[in-house]
Amino acid sequence: MADLVSHPDEVKVVSRRFGQGATNIDRYLELDGYKAVRKALGMEPDAIINEVKNSGLRGRGGAGFSTGMKWSFVPKQSAKPKYVLCNGDESEPGTCKDRLIFEHDPHAVIEGVMIGGLAVGARSGYIYIRGEYRYLSNIMQKAIRDAYAKGFLGKNIFGSGRDFDIYWHGGAGAYEVGEESALMESLEGKRGIPRIRPPFPAVVGLWGGPTVINNAETLASVPHIMLGGAEWYAKIGTPKNGGTRLFCLSGNVARPGVYELPMGYSLKKMIYEVGGGIPSGRRLKAVVPGGSSTPCLTDDEIDINMDFDSVAKAGSMLGSGGVVVIDDAQCIVKFALRTMKFYQHESCGWCIPCREGTDWLKKTLVRFHAGGGVQKDIDNMRYLSENMLGRTFCPLGDAAAMPMIAFVKKFRKEFEDHLEGRPCPYEKEGAVEELPVLAH
Amino acid sequence: MKFSDEFEARFAEMVPHYPTKRSALVPTLLYAQDEVGFLSNEVIAELAGRLDLTELEVRNVISYYSMLTTKPRGKFNVQVCTNISCLVRGGEEILHHCAKKLGVGHKGTTADGLFTLEEVECIGACSWAPAAQVNYDFHENLTAEKIDKVLDEYRKKAAQ
Repeated sequence: MADLVSHPDEVKVVSRRFGQGATNIDRYLELDGYKAVRKALGMEPDAIINEVKNSGLRGRGGAGFSTGMKWSFVPKQSAKPKYVLCNGDESEPGTCKDRLIFEHDPHAVIEGVMIGGLAVGARSGYIYIRGEYRYLSNIMQKAIRDAYAKGFLGKNIFGSGRDFDIYWHGGAGAYEVGEESALMESLEGKRGIPRIRPPFPAVVGLWGGPTVINNAETLASVPHIMLGGAEWYAKIGTPKNGGTRLFCLSGNVARPGVYELPMGYSLKKMIYEVGGGIPSGRRLKAVVPGGSSTPCLTDDEIDINMDFDSVAKAGSMLGSGGVVVIDDAQCIVKFALRTMKFYQHESCGWCIPCREGTDWLKKTLVRFHAGGGVQKDIDNMRYLSENMLGRTFCPLGDAAAMPMIAFVKKFRKEFEDHLEGRPCPYEKEGAVEELPVLAH
Repeated sequence: MKFSDEFEARFAEMVPHYPTKRSALVPTLLYAQDEVGFLSNEVIAELAGRLDLTELEVRNVISYYSMLTTKPRGKFNVQVCTNISCLVRGGEEILHHCAKKLGVGHKGTTADGLFTLEEVECIGACSWAPAAQVNYDFHENLTAEKIDKVLDEYRKKAAQ
Protein backbone atom coordinates (compact mmCIF):
# COMPACT_ATOMS: atom_id res chain seq x y z
CA MET A 1 0.00 0.00 0.00
CA ALA A 2 1.47 3.29 -1.08
CA ASP A 3 1.65 6.19 1.38
CA LEU A 4 -0.64 9.17 0.91
CA VAL A 5 0.52 12.77 1.26
CA SER A 6 -1.30 16.07 1.35
CA HIS A 7 -0.64 19.77 0.91
CA PRO A 8 -2.91 22.79 1.54
CA ASP A 9 -2.74 23.84 -2.14
CA GLU A 10 -4.31 20.59 -3.24
CA VAL A 11 -7.78 20.57 -4.79
CA LYS A 12 -9.11 17.09 -4.20
CA VAL A 13 -11.40 15.92 -6.97
CA VAL A 14 -10.15 12.55 -8.21
CA SER A 15 -8.39 11.96 -4.90
CA ARG A 16 -11.23 13.10 -2.66
CA ARG A 17 -12.14 9.55 -1.65
CA PHE A 18 -8.52 8.44 -1.13
CA GLY A 19 -8.06 7.02 2.35
CA GLN A 20 -11.85 6.97 2.95
CA GLY A 21 -12.44 3.25 2.56
CA ALA A 22 -14.23 3.73 -0.78
CA THR A 23 -13.15 0.31 -2.07
CA ASN A 24 -16.14 -0.86 -0.02
CA ILE A 25 -19.16 -0.31 -2.26
CA ASP A 26 -21.46 0.77 0.60
CA ARG A 27 -18.92 3.34 1.74
CA TYR A 28 -18.57 4.48 -1.88
CA LEU A 29 -22.34 4.98 -2.04
CA GLU A 30 -22.21 7.13 1.12
CA LEU A 31 -19.58 9.27 -0.62
CA ASP A 32 -21.91 10.17 -3.54
CA GLY A 33 -20.99 6.98 -5.37
CA TYR A 34 -22.98 5.87 -8.45
CA LYS A 35 -24.94 9.14 -8.41
CA ALA A 36 -23.18 10.39 -11.55
CA VAL A 37 -24.06 7.34 -13.63
CA ARG A 38 -27.69 7.55 -12.46
CA LYS A 39 -27.71 11.16 -13.64
CA ALA A 40 -26.13 10.16 -16.96
CA LEU A 41 -28.82 7.51 -17.48
CA GLY A 42 -31.37 10.32 -17.63
CA MET A 43 -29.40 12.29 -20.21
CA GLU A 44 -29.13 12.13 -23.99
CA PRO A 45 -25.73 10.80 -25.19
CA ASP A 46 -24.92 14.11 -26.87
CA ALA A 47 -25.65 15.98 -23.65
CA ILE A 48 -23.13 13.79 -21.80
CA ILE A 49 -20.51 14.36 -24.49
CA ASN A 50 -21.13 18.11 -24.43
CA GLU A 51 -20.82 18.23 -20.67
CA VAL A 52 -17.42 16.49 -20.84
CA LYS A 53 -16.35 18.68 -23.78
CA ASN A 54 -17.29 21.87 -21.92
CA SER A 55 -15.44 20.76 -18.79
CA GLY A 56 -12.13 21.07 -20.65
CA LEU A 57 -11.12 17.56 -19.57
CA ARG A 58 -8.11 16.42 -21.59
CA GLY A 59 -6.58 12.94 -21.71
CA ARG A 60 -4.55 12.27 -18.60
CA GLY A 61 -2.50 9.51 -20.23
CA GLY A 62 -0.22 12.08 -21.76
CA ALA A 63 -1.51 13.23 -25.14
CA GLY A 64 -3.91 15.78 -23.64
CA PHE A 65 -6.59 15.32 -26.27
CA SER A 66 -10.10 16.58 -25.42
CA THR A 67 -12.00 13.65 -23.92
CA GLY A 68 -15.42 14.89 -25.06
CA MET A 69 -14.08 15.34 -28.57
CA LYS A 70 -12.67 11.80 -28.56
CA TRP A 71 -16.05 10.44 -27.54
CA SER A 72 -17.79 12.42 -30.29
CA PHE A 73 -15.72 10.62 -32.96
CA VAL A 74 -17.48 7.31 -32.26
CA PRO A 75 -20.09 6.73 -34.97
CA LYS A 76 -23.68 6.70 -33.74
CA GLN A 77 -24.57 3.66 -35.82
CA SER A 78 -22.34 0.64 -35.92
CA ALA A 79 -22.89 -2.90 -37.13
CA LYS A 80 -20.27 -4.14 -34.69
CA PRO A 81 -20.48 -3.71 -30.92
CA LYS A 82 -18.85 -0.61 -29.44
CA TYR A 83 -16.53 -0.72 -26.46
CA VAL A 84 -15.03 1.46 -23.76
CA LEU A 85 -11.50 0.53 -22.77
CA CYS A 86 -9.86 1.90 -19.65
CA ASN A 87 -6.11 2.13 -19.98
CA GLY A 88 -4.59 1.19 -16.64
CA ASP A 89 -1.30 -0.05 -18.04
CA GLU A 90 0.48 2.81 -16.27
CA SER A 91 4.15 2.20 -17.11
CA GLU A 92 5.65 5.57 -18.00
CA PRO A 93 8.68 5.98 -15.74
CA GLY A 94 7.88 8.65 -13.16
CA THR A 95 4.15 7.87 -13.12
CA CYS A 96 2.34 6.23 -10.20
CA LYS A 97 -1.05 7.93 -10.04
CA ASP A 98 -3.42 5.36 -11.57
CA ARG A 99 -2.13 2.99 -8.94
CA LEU A 100 -3.63 5.18 -6.21
CA ILE A 101 -6.93 5.50 -8.08
CA PHE A 102 -7.30 1.72 -8.37
CA GLU A 103 -6.18 1.25 -4.78
CA HIS A 104 -8.50 3.82 -3.19
CA ASP A 105 -11.37 4.49 -5.58
CA PRO A 106 -11.92 1.60 -8.02
CA HIS A 107 -15.67 2.28 -8.30
CA ALA A 108 -14.97 5.76 -9.70
CA VAL A 109 -13.22 4.06 -12.63
CA ILE A 110 -16.18 1.71 -13.10
CA GLU A 111 -18.54 4.68 -13.05
CA GLY A 112 -16.38 6.55 -15.55
CA VAL A 113 -16.39 3.58 -17.92
CA MET A 114 -20.19 3.31 -17.63
CA ILE A 115 -20.72 7.02 -18.35
CA GLY A 116 -18.36 6.76 -21.33
CA GLY A 117 -20.39 3.78 -22.50
CA LEU A 118 -23.68 5.67 -22.21
CA ALA A 119 -22.18 8.60 -24.12
CA VAL A 120 -20.98 6.57 -27.11
CA GLY A 121 -23.62 3.84 -27.08
CA ALA A 122 -21.39 0.98 -25.92
CA ARG A 123 -22.78 -1.85 -23.85
CA SER A 124 -19.55 -3.19 -22.45
CA GLY A 125 -16.25 -1.96 -21.18
CA TYR A 126 -12.87 -3.39 -20.22
CA ILE A 127 -10.54 -2.20 -17.49
CA TYR A 128 -6.98 -3.15 -18.38
CA ILE A 129 -4.51 -3.15 -15.46
CA ARG A 130 -0.80 -3.83 -15.83
CA GLY A 131 0.40 -7.25 -14.68
CA GLU A 132 2.70 -5.92 -11.97
CA TYR A 133 -0.33 -4.38 -10.20
CA ARG A 134 -1.70 -7.72 -9.03
CA TYR A 135 -3.07 -6.38 -5.76
CA LEU A 136 -4.92 -3.70 -7.69
CA SER A 137 -6.36 -6.29 -10.06
CA ASN A 138 -7.74 -8.08 -7.01
CA ILE A 139 -9.27 -4.83 -5.73
CA MET A 140 -10.75 -4.08 -9.15
CA GLN A 141 -12.14 -7.59 -9.66
CA LYS A 142 -13.87 -7.37 -6.30
CA ALA A 143 -15.25 -3.91 -7.08
CA ILE A 144 -16.72 -5.20 -10.35
CA ARG A 145 -18.27 -8.22 -8.57
CA ASP A 146 -19.78 -5.95 -5.92
CA ALA A 147 -21.24 -3.65 -8.57
CA TYR A 148 -22.85 -6.66 -10.31
CA ALA A 149 -24.24 -7.89 -6.98
CA LYS A 150 -25.95 -4.54 -6.43
CA GLY A 151 -27.46 -4.56 -9.92
CA PHE A 152 -25.36 -1.60 -11.04
CA LEU A 153 -23.82 -3.72 -13.80
CA GLY A 154 -25.32 -6.44 -15.97
CA LYS A 155 -28.90 -6.51 -17.22
CA ASN A 156 -31.26 -3.61 -16.60
CA ILE A 157 -28.81 -1.42 -14.68
CA PHE A 158 -30.48 0.68 -11.98
CA GLY A 159 -33.81 -0.51 -13.36
CA SER A 160 -33.26 1.61 -16.46
CA GLY A 161 -33.96 -1.18 -18.93
CA ARG A 162 -30.41 -0.84 -20.24
CA ASP A 163 -27.57 -3.36 -20.00
CA PHE A 164 -23.92 -2.70 -19.30
CA ASP A 165 -21.06 -5.10 -18.62
CA ILE A 166 -17.58 -4.37 -17.34
CA TYR A 167 -14.71 -6.85 -17.36
CA TRP A 168 -11.27 -6.77 -15.83
CA HIS A 169 -8.26 -7.55 -18.00
CA GLY A 170 -4.62 -7.89 -16.99
CA GLY A 171 -1.27 -7.39 -18.70
CA ALA A 172 1.97 -9.24 -18.18
CA GLY A 173 4.70 -6.62 -18.36
CA ALA A 174 5.03 -4.30 -21.36
CA TYR A 175 5.34 -0.51 -21.53
CA GLU A 176 4.40 -0.48 -25.18
CA VAL A 177 0.95 -1.84 -24.35
CA GLY A 178 0.10 1.58 -22.88
CA GLU A 179 -0.10 2.83 -26.47
CA GLU A 180 -3.77 2.57 -27.39
CA SER A 181 -3.56 0.33 -30.44
CA ALA A 182 -1.00 -1.98 -28.79
CA LEU A 183 -3.33 -2.10 -25.78
CA MET A 184 -6.10 -3.48 -27.99
CA GLU A 185 -3.74 -6.06 -29.49
CA SER A 186 -2.80 -7.18 -25.99
CA LEU A 187 -6.44 -7.41 -24.97
CA GLU A 188 -7.08 -9.56 -28.03
CA GLY A 189 -4.44 -12.00 -26.77
CA LYS A 190 -1.57 -11.00 -29.01
CA ARG A 191 1.84 -9.36 -28.81
CA GLY A 192 1.45 -5.66 -28.07
CA ILE A 193 2.41 -4.40 -31.52
CA PRO A 194 0.82 -1.08 -32.54
CA ARG A 195 -1.69 -0.92 -35.38
CA ILE A 196 -1.47 1.43 -38.29
CA ARG A 197 -3.82 4.40 -38.16
CA PRO A 198 -6.16 5.41 -39.71
CA PRO A 199 -8.57 3.83 -39.06
CA PHE A 200 -8.59 5.20 -35.53
CA PRO A 201 -9.89 3.10 -32.63
CA ALA A 202 -13.00 5.29 -32.39
CA VAL A 203 -14.03 3.80 -35.75
CA VAL A 204 -12.26 0.41 -35.86
CA GLY A 205 -11.03 -0.77 -32.48
CA LEU A 206 -11.41 -3.87 -30.34
CA TRP A 207 -12.43 -6.84 -32.48
CA GLY A 208 -13.19 -4.33 -35.23
CA GLY A 209 -15.80 -2.42 -33.23
CA PRO A 210 -15.67 1.32 -32.48
CA THR A 211 -13.72 1.76 -29.25
CA VAL A 212 -13.14 4.62 -26.86
CA ILE A 213 -9.84 4.34 -25.00
CA ASN A 214 -9.20 6.57 -22.01
CA ASN A 215 -6.66 6.66 -19.23
CA ALA A 216 -7.85 5.60 -15.77
CA GLU A 217 -7.44 9.12 -14.32
CA THR A 218 -9.46 10.59 -17.19
CA LEU A 219 -12.31 8.15 -16.60
CA ALA A 220 -12.17 8.62 -12.83
CA SER A 221 -12.59 12.40 -13.40
CA VAL A 222 -15.79 11.95 -15.42
CA PRO A 223 -18.22 11.15 -12.55
CA HIS A 224 -17.07 14.28 -10.70
CA ILE A 225 -17.74 16.36 -13.81
CA MET A 226 -21.22 14.87 -14.17
CA LEU A 227 -22.05 15.75 -10.56
CA GLY A 228 -20.25 19.08 -10.18
CA GLY A 229 -20.97 20.34 -13.68
CA ALA A 230 -18.71 21.27 -16.56
CA GLU A 231 -18.47 24.88 -15.50
CA TRP A 232 -17.29 24.08 -11.98
CA TYR A 233 -14.66 21.66 -13.29
CA ALA A 234 -13.39 23.96 -16.03
CA LYS A 235 -12.97 26.80 -13.53
CA ILE A 236 -10.56 24.80 -11.38
CA GLY A 237 -7.95 24.79 -14.13
CA THR A 238 -6.75 27.26 -16.73
CA PRO A 239 -8.47 28.08 -20.05
CA LYS A 240 -8.67 24.94 -22.23
CA ASN A 241 -7.15 22.89 -19.40
CA GLY A 242 -10.02 21.97 -17.13
CA GLY A 243 -9.80 20.55 -13.66
CA THR A 244 -7.04 19.05 -11.64
CA ARG A 245 -4.17 16.71 -12.23
CA LEU A 246 -2.59 14.02 -10.13
CA PHE A 247 1.07 15.02 -10.16
CA CYS A 248 3.49 12.26 -9.18
CA LEU A 249 6.37 14.12 -7.61
CA SER A 250 9.47 11.96 -7.42
CA GLY A 251 13.24 12.09 -7.42
CA ASN A 252 15.37 14.48 -5.38
CA VAL A 253 12.67 16.35 -3.45
CA ALA A 254 12.11 16.43 0.29
CA ARG A 255 8.46 15.32 0.15
CA PRO A 256 7.82 13.13 -2.88
CA GLY A 257 4.26 11.90 -3.36
CA VAL A 258 1.15 12.09 -5.51
CA TYR A 259 -0.49 15.52 -5.14
CA GLU A 260 -3.71 16.62 -6.79
CA LEU A 261 -3.19 20.20 -7.91
CA PRO A 262 -5.18 22.47 -10.19
CA MET A 263 -4.15 22.47 -13.84
CA GLY A 264 -1.75 25.35 -14.38
CA TYR A 265 -0.12 25.11 -10.97
CA SER A 266 3.39 26.58 -10.90
CA LEU A 267 6.14 24.00 -11.43
CA LYS A 268 8.50 26.03 -9.28
CA LYS A 269 6.02 26.05 -6.39
CA MET A 270 5.38 22.36 -6.88
CA ILE A 271 9.06 21.57 -6.41
CA TYR A 272 9.93 24.07 -3.69
CA GLU A 273 6.70 24.40 -1.68
CA VAL A 274 4.63 21.28 -2.24
CA GLY A 275 7.66 19.01 -2.54
CA GLY A 276 9.65 20.88 0.10
CA GLY A 277 12.59 21.66 -2.19
CA ILE A 278 15.81 19.80 -2.85
CA PRO A 279 17.18 18.00 0.23
CA SER A 280 20.74 17.74 1.55
CA GLY A 281 21.71 21.28 0.56
CA ARG A 282 21.75 20.26 -3.10
CA ARG A 283 20.62 22.42 -6.01
CA LEU A 284 18.16 21.68 -8.77
CA LYS A 285 19.80 20.56 -11.99
CA ALA A 286 16.83 19.56 -14.15
CA VAL A 287 13.28 18.33 -13.98
CA VAL A 288 11.45 15.88 -16.22
CA PRO A 289 7.95 17.41 -16.18
CA GLY A 290 5.67 14.64 -17.46
CA GLY A 291 7.22 11.19 -17.40
CA SER A 292 10.40 9.90 -19.02
CA SER A 293 9.34 10.69 -22.59
CA THR A 294 9.11 14.43 -22.00
CA PRO A 295 12.11 16.72 -22.62
CA CYS A 296 13.76 17.86 -19.39
CA LEU A 297 13.68 21.47 -18.23
CA THR A 298 16.69 23.17 -16.64
CA ASP A 299 16.57 25.10 -13.36
CA ASP A 300 15.98 28.41 -15.18
CA GLU A 301 13.06 26.96 -17.18
CA ILE A 302 10.82 25.96 -14.28
CA ASP A 303 8.92 29.20 -13.88
CA ILE A 304 5.99 27.79 -15.83
CA ASN A 305 2.41 26.73 -15.28
CA MET A 306 1.73 23.03 -15.38
CA ASP A 307 -0.98 22.75 -17.99
CA PHE A 308 -0.77 21.12 -21.42
CA ASP A 309 -0.39 24.38 -23.37
CA SER A 310 2.09 26.17 -21.06
CA VAL A 311 4.44 23.19 -20.83
CA ALA A 312 4.25 22.74 -24.62
CA LYS A 313 5.17 26.41 -25.01
CA ALA A 314 8.21 25.79 -22.82
CA GLY A 315 9.33 23.09 -25.28
CA SER A 316 8.25 20.05 -23.32
CA MET A 317 5.04 18.18 -22.50
CA LEU A 318 2.75 17.83 -19.51
CA GLY A 319 2.62 14.15 -20.37
CA SER A 320 1.47 11.69 -17.77
CA GLY A 321 2.01 13.91 -14.72
CA GLY A 322 5.25 12.28 -13.60
CA VAL A 323 7.47 15.10 -12.31
CA VAL A 324 10.99 13.75 -11.76
CA VAL A 325 13.31 16.14 -9.96
CA ILE A 326 17.05 15.79 -10.59
CA ASP A 327 19.60 17.41 -8.27
CA ASP A 328 23.16 18.48 -9.05
CA ALA A 329 24.68 15.27 -7.68
CA GLN A 330 23.22 13.36 -10.64
CA CYS A 331 24.98 12.77 -13.94
CA ILE A 332 22.80 13.70 -16.92
CA VAL A 333 24.68 11.29 -19.18
CA LYS A 334 23.89 8.47 -16.78
CA PHE A 335 20.27 9.67 -16.55
CA ALA A 336 20.05 9.74 -20.35
CA LEU A 337 21.60 6.28 -20.51
CA ARG A 338 19.04 4.86 -18.08
CA THR A 339 16.23 6.49 -20.04
CA MET A 340 17.46 5.07 -23.36
CA LYS A 341 18.08 1.66 -21.81
CA PHE A 342 14.42 1.68 -20.90
CA TYR A 343 13.22 2.56 -24.41
CA GLN A 344 15.57 0.03 -25.98
CA HIS A 345 14.17 -2.64 -23.66
CA GLU A 346 10.56 -1.67 -24.34
CA SER A 347 10.71 -1.10 -28.10
CA CYS A 348 8.53 -3.80 -29.63
CA GLY A 349 10.88 -4.08 -32.60
CA TRP A 350 8.10 -3.75 -35.16
CA CYS A 351 9.50 -0.70 -36.95
CA ILE A 352 13.13 -0.06 -37.75
CA PRO A 353 13.73 3.57 -36.71
CA CYS A 354 12.61 2.74 -33.17
CA ARG A 355 14.16 -0.71 -32.86
CA GLU A 356 17.53 0.31 -34.28
CA GLY A 357 17.46 3.89 -33.03
CA THR A 358 16.87 3.09 -29.36
CA ASP A 359 19.47 0.31 -29.47
CA TRP A 360 22.05 2.56 -31.10
CA LEU A 361 21.40 5.35 -28.61
CA LYS A 362 21.72 2.99 -25.68
CA LYS A 363 24.95 1.43 -26.97
CA THR A 364 26.48 4.83 -27.66
CA LEU A 365 25.56 6.04 -24.18
CA VAL A 366 26.96 2.94 -22.48
CA ARG A 367 30.28 3.50 -24.22
CA PHE A 368 30.10 7.25 -23.71
CA HIS A 369 29.39 7.06 -19.99
CA ALA A 370 32.23 4.61 -19.52
CA GLY A 371 34.65 7.14 -20.98
CA GLY A 372 34.85 5.71 -24.51
CA GLY A 373 33.07 8.58 -26.21
CA VAL A 374 34.33 10.81 -28.99
CA GLN A 375 33.26 14.37 -29.82
CA LYS A 376 31.28 13.21 -32.86
CA ASP A 377 29.07 10.96 -30.72
CA ILE A 378 27.35 13.96 -29.20
CA ASP A 379 26.05 15.31 -32.49
CA ASN A 380 25.42 11.81 -33.78
CA MET A 381 23.09 11.07 -30.88
CA ARG A 382 21.17 14.25 -31.56
CA TYR A 383 21.09 13.65 -35.31
CA LEU A 384 19.93 10.09 -34.81
CA SER A 385 17.17 11.19 -32.42
CA GLU A 386 16.01 13.91 -34.77
CA ASN A 387 15.73 11.33 -37.51
CA MET A 388 13.58 9.07 -35.36
CA LEU A 389 11.08 11.85 -34.66
CA GLY A 390 7.82 11.29 -36.50
CA ARG A 391 9.25 8.35 -38.45
CA THR A 392 8.07 5.53 -36.23
CA PHE A 393 4.90 3.47 -36.28
CA CYS A 394 3.80 4.60 -32.82
CA PRO A 395 4.89 7.30 -30.37
CA LEU A 396 7.48 5.10 -28.60
CA GLY A 397 10.18 6.26 -31.01
CA ASP A 398 9.31 9.89 -30.33
CA ALA A 399 9.20 9.15 -26.62
CA ALA A 400 12.85 8.11 -26.79
CA ALA A 401 13.99 10.78 -29.22
CA MET A 402 12.42 13.83 -27.56
CA PRO A 403 14.15 13.56 -24.16
CA MET A 404 17.45 12.56 -25.82
CA ILE A 405 17.48 15.70 -27.95
CA ALA A 406 16.86 17.82 -24.84
CA PHE A 407 19.64 16.12 -22.86
CA VAL A 408 22.18 16.84 -25.58
CA LYS A 409 20.92 20.35 -26.30
CA LYS A 410 20.70 21.49 -22.69
CA PHE A 411 23.58 19.60 -21.11
CA ARG A 412 26.16 19.51 -23.86
CA LYS A 413 28.91 20.49 -21.45
CA GLU A 414 28.17 17.49 -19.28
CA PHE A 415 28.52 15.22 -22.29
CA GLU A 416 31.82 16.91 -23.16
CA ASP A 417 33.06 16.33 -19.61
CA HIS A 418 32.94 12.60 -20.34
CA LEU A 419 35.18 12.86 -23.41
CA GLU A 420 38.81 11.76 -23.88
CA GLY A 421 38.60 8.74 -21.68
CA ARG A 422 37.72 10.72 -18.58
CA PRO A 423 35.71 8.66 -16.14
CA CYS A 424 32.28 9.99 -15.25
CA PRO A 425 32.86 12.94 -12.92
CA TYR A 426 29.76 12.02 -10.92
CA GLU A 427 30.47 8.34 -10.41
CA LYS A 428 31.30 7.39 -6.86
CA GLU A 429 34.63 5.74 -6.29
CA GLY A 430 34.60 1.98 -6.71
CA ALA A 431 31.23 2.05 -8.47
CA VAL A 432 30.15 -1.41 -9.45
CA GLU A 433 30.19 -2.28 -13.12
CA GLU A 434 27.05 -3.25 -14.96
CA LEU A 435 25.79 -6.64 -13.89
CA PRO A 436 26.26 -9.44 -16.38
CA VAL A 437 23.08 -10.58 -18.09
CA LEU A 438 22.69 -14.31 -17.66
CA ALA A 439 20.87 -16.48 -20.12
CA HIS A 440 17.17 -16.49 -19.40
CA MET B 1 -2.29 -30.94 -16.65
CA LYS B 2 -4.03 -29.96 -13.45
CA PHE B 3 -4.51 -26.41 -12.24
CA SER B 4 -6.07 -25.34 -8.94
CA ASP B 5 -9.84 -24.98 -8.58
CA GLU B 6 -9.34 -21.24 -8.22
CA PHE B 7 -7.54 -21.09 -11.56
CA GLU B 8 -10.24 -23.16 -13.24
CA ALA B 9 -13.04 -21.02 -11.81
CA ARG B 10 -11.33 -17.85 -12.99
CA PHE B 11 -10.62 -19.29 -16.42
CA ALA B 12 -14.20 -20.47 -16.87
CA GLU B 13 -15.46 -17.04 -15.82
CA MET B 14 -13.03 -15.09 -18.00
CA VAL B 15 -13.32 -16.77 -21.41
CA PRO B 16 -16.96 -15.74 -22.10
CA HIS B 17 -16.02 -12.10 -21.42
CA TYR B 18 -14.58 -11.84 -24.92
CA PRO B 19 -15.88 -12.43 -28.44
CA THR B 20 -12.72 -14.43 -29.25
CA LYS B 21 -11.24 -17.14 -27.04
CA ARG B 22 -7.62 -16.10 -27.42
CA SER B 23 -8.37 -12.74 -25.80
CA ALA B 24 -8.11 -14.44 -22.41
CA LEU B 25 -4.53 -15.51 -23.18
CA VAL B 26 -2.31 -12.87 -21.55
CA PRO B 27 -3.85 -12.78 -18.06
CA THR B 28 -4.34 -16.57 -18.15
CA LEU B 29 -0.65 -17.12 -18.88
CA LEU B 30 0.30 -15.01 -15.87
CA TYR B 31 -2.10 -16.83 -13.54
CA ALA B 32 -0.81 -20.19 -14.83
CA GLN B 33 2.77 -19.08 -14.30
CA ASP B 34 1.95 -18.05 -10.73
CA GLU B 35 0.76 -21.60 -10.01
CA VAL B 36 3.41 -23.62 -11.81
CA GLY B 37 6.34 -21.23 -11.30
CA PHE B 38 7.07 -20.88 -15.02
CA LEU B 39 5.43 -21.55 -18.37
CA SER B 40 6.43 -25.15 -18.96
CA ASN B 41 5.93 -27.02 -22.23
CA GLU B 42 3.01 -28.74 -20.58
CA VAL B 43 1.35 -25.45 -19.60
CA ILE B 44 1.87 -24.04 -23.09
CA ALA B 45 0.38 -27.12 -24.75
CA GLU B 46 -2.58 -27.12 -22.37
CA LEU B 47 -3.45 -23.45 -22.83
CA ALA B 48 -2.91 -23.59 -26.59
CA GLY B 49 -5.40 -26.47 -26.71
CA ARG B 50 -7.95 -24.68 -24.57
CA LEU B 51 -7.80 -21.43 -26.54
CA ASP B 52 -7.67 -22.98 -30.03
CA LEU B 53 -4.15 -21.72 -30.69
CA THR B 54 -0.97 -23.40 -31.83
CA GLU B 55 1.83 -23.75 -29.29
CA LEU B 56 3.87 -21.45 -31.50
CA GLU B 57 1.23 -18.74 -31.27
CA VAL B 58 1.31 -19.01 -27.48
CA ARG B 59 5.13 -18.89 -27.39
CA ASN B 60 5.07 -15.88 -29.68
CA VAL B 61 2.96 -14.02 -27.12
CA ILE B 62 5.01 -15.23 -24.14
CA SER B 63 8.25 -13.88 -25.59
CA TYR B 64 6.78 -10.39 -25.82
CA TYR B 65 5.81 -9.88 -22.18
CA SER B 66 8.59 -9.23 -19.68
CA MET B 67 6.86 -10.91 -16.73
CA LEU B 68 6.35 -14.21 -18.54
CA THR B 69 9.09 -16.82 -18.44
CA THR B 70 9.57 -20.31 -19.83
CA LYS B 71 12.46 -21.03 -17.43
CA PRO B 72 12.04 -21.90 -13.76
CA ARG B 73 12.99 -19.18 -11.29
CA GLY B 74 13.39 -18.88 -7.55
CA LYS B 75 10.45 -19.06 -5.18
CA PHE B 76 10.80 -15.32 -4.64
CA ASN B 77 11.47 -13.08 -7.62
CA VAL B 78 13.26 -9.99 -6.33
CA GLN B 79 12.63 -7.25 -8.90
CA VAL B 80 14.59 -4.09 -8.21
CA CYS B 81 13.64 -0.99 -10.17
CA THR B 82 16.51 1.18 -11.38
CA ASN B 83 14.51 3.41 -13.69
CA ILE B 84 14.86 7.20 -13.47
CA SER B 85 12.94 7.99 -10.26
CA CYS B 86 14.61 5.10 -8.47
CA LEU B 87 18.00 5.81 -10.09
CA VAL B 88 18.29 9.29 -8.57
CA ARG B 89 17.37 7.91 -5.16
CA GLY B 90 19.81 5.01 -5.09
CA GLY B 91 18.01 2.21 -6.96
CA GLU B 92 21.25 0.92 -8.46
CA GLU B 93 22.84 0.71 -5.02
CA ILE B 94 19.89 -1.40 -3.85
CA LEU B 95 20.32 -3.69 -6.87
CA HIS B 96 24.05 -4.09 -6.29
CA HIS B 97 23.45 -4.68 -2.61
CA CYS B 98 20.99 -7.49 -3.42
CA ALA B 99 23.41 -8.95 -5.98
CA LYS B 100 26.13 -9.08 -3.37
CA LYS B 101 23.90 -10.44 -0.66
CA LEU B 102 22.34 -13.12 -2.87
CA GLY B 103 25.50 -13.81 -4.83
CA VAL B 104 23.73 -13.69 -8.20
CA GLY B 105 23.47 -11.26 -11.10
CA HIS B 106 20.56 -10.05 -13.19
CA LYS B 107 18.13 -12.94 -13.75
CA GLY B 108 20.29 -15.24 -11.65
CA THR B 109 18.81 -17.68 -9.13
CA THR B 110 20.38 -18.63 -5.79
CA ALA B 111 21.62 -22.21 -5.43
CA ASP B 112 18.89 -23.00 -2.89
CA GLY B 113 16.27 -21.96 -5.43
CA LEU B 114 14.81 -19.38 -3.08
CA PHE B 115 15.60 -16.11 -4.81
CA THR B 116 15.87 -14.83 -8.35
CA LEU B 117 17.21 -11.32 -8.80
CA GLU B 118 16.01 -9.12 -11.61
CA GLU B 119 16.65 -5.52 -12.60
CA VAL B 120 13.28 -4.28 -13.80
CA GLU B 121 11.79 -1.28 -15.55
CA CYS B 122 9.44 1.14 -13.80
CA ILE B 123 7.01 -0.63 -11.46
CA GLY B 124 4.93 2.46 -10.64
CA ALA B 125 6.44 3.23 -7.26
CA CYS B 126 8.17 6.43 -8.37
CA SER B 127 7.01 8.64 -5.49
CA TRP B 128 8.16 5.99 -3.01
CA ALA B 129 11.54 5.29 -4.59
CA PRO B 130 13.75 3.38 -4.48
CA ALA B 131 11.46 0.40 -4.75
CA ALA B 132 11.37 -3.30 -5.48
CA GLN B 133 8.75 -5.97 -5.89
CA VAL B 134 9.18 -9.45 -4.46
CA ASN B 135 6.75 -11.49 -6.53
CA TYR B 136 3.78 -9.12 -6.40
CA ASP B 137 4.52 -7.38 -3.09
CA PHE B 138 5.80 -3.83 -3.22
CA HIS B 139 8.65 -2.74 -0.94
CA GLU B 140 9.25 0.97 -1.05
CA ASN B 141 11.46 3.77 0.29
CA LEU B 142 14.22 1.16 0.44
CA THR B 143 17.60 1.34 2.10
CA ALA B 144 20.22 -1.40 2.22
CA GLU B 145 19.13 -2.26 5.78
CA LYS B 146 15.48 -2.32 4.79
CA ILE B 147 15.99 -4.68 1.84
CA ASP B 148 18.11 -6.93 4.06
CA LYS B 149 15.19 -7.23 6.45
CA VAL B 150 12.77 -7.84 3.58
CA LEU B 151 14.92 -10.67 2.18
CA ASP B 152 15.33 -12.20 5.63
CA GLU B 153 11.54 -12.18 6.09
CA TYR B 154 11.08 -14.13 2.86
CA ARG B 155 13.79 -16.56 3.87
CA LYS B 156 11.95 -17.14 7.15
CA LYS B 157 8.66 -17.53 5.32
CA ALA B 158 10.20 -20.24 3.14
CA ALA B 159 11.54 -22.10 6.16
CA GLN B 160 8.12 -22.27 7.80
